[in-house]
Amino acid sequence: MSVVAVRIPAPLRRLCGGAAVVDCHGGDIAAVIAALEERYPGLQERLCEETGALRRFVNVYVNGEDVRFLAGLATPLREGDEVSIVPAIAGG
Amino acid sequence: MILSEEEIQRYSRHILLPEVGGPGQEKIRAAAILVVGAGGLGSPAAFYLAAAGVGRIGLVDDDVVELSNLQRQILHTTADVGRPKVESAREKLLALNPDLAIEVCGERLGAANVLDLIEAYDVVIDGSDNFPTRYLVNDACVLLGRPLVHGSIYRFEGQATTLVAGDGPCYRCLYPDPPPPGLAPGCQEAGVLGVLAGTIGVVQATEALKLILGRGRPLTGRLLVYDALDLSFRELRVRRDPGCPVCGANPVIREPGAVAASCSRAIGA
Repeated sequence: MSVVAVRIPAPLRRLCGGAAVVDCHGGDIAAVIAALEERYPGLQERLCEETGALRRFVNVYVNGEDVRFLAGLATPLREGDEVSIVPAIAGG
Repeated sequence: MILSEEEIQRYSRHILLPEVGGPGQEKIRAAAILVVGAGGLGSPAAFYLAAAGVGRIGLVDDDVVELSNLQRQILHTTADVGRPKVESAREKLLALNPDLAIEVCGERLGAANVLDLIEAYDVVIDGSDNFPTRYLVNDACVLLGRPLVHGSIYRFEGQATTLVAGDGPCYRCLYPDPPPPGLAPGCQEAGVLGVLAGTIGVVQATEALKLILGRGRPLTGRLLVYDALDLSFRELRVRRDPGCPVCGANPVIREPGAVAASCSRAIGA
């Protein structure tokens, strides 16, 4: 199973023990989110609707590409991929 | 109109740049830029735009200066606490560059005034501090065909991108919906590194000047994500969404409207 680096955005780091980058196993985005939820309970509901779909103010990128324009949660991951979670922020 | 002797001196370091030169400086002088928010992002952005000689700068903000603003909102000073931000800002910008027209609006930006305000400017810089204003400004810019330079900050992280209607994604293509109020508790308590506002605000001013000059490669289709703790800049691809409700093939948003109220913290604990 692939190991990928997941970049955690500032608003979610508190849930991840302060980590900015977390190494994770998973063959696709859904598997990575499930793995994150197992380690950091509560993370999944920040990222996904109750239906399981990604929330519309949180983007997930694989190597800089938005998974909404790839295969969404089914976007396959390869060893060494970088997954970035980027939520909308409004501060100014 | 050609540049005066004084302008040639004031802007000599611009004029020396082949990418700007005298004609570029004249473009800057002829330009009108609206800065939404005279706070953390709007302060450095407007300050540099005034220094650069942008002939007409609009500022819209309905807040008054508070002591807790001064850690990052560099247009305002201790003596300005309690004054309207736009008045304080206008004074500083004119002190820096008295030749400019600084137009201020101290009203809250809303569906009723956003189109009239934005229509009078060539480029808009979004330095607001809440999602409803950000979606309102985006929709108005798409409807009016005005380029919008987005910037936002949170704790140690900042985002910036340039949204050119018809020629790239809009803010709704990037983030289709604002977070619902339930997931956006408390705006004020999250905190922000003051200097982060400078980094992102100055990126926004840079983008606005490039758009005015027609030089370089704008930050369109790219989301710049800055992490101050890591001192890293990353770029993520932003695509135009054909199903976007405001800039897509079949738009359903035909006038700027109210967006459900929410706050600056989106998914934070």
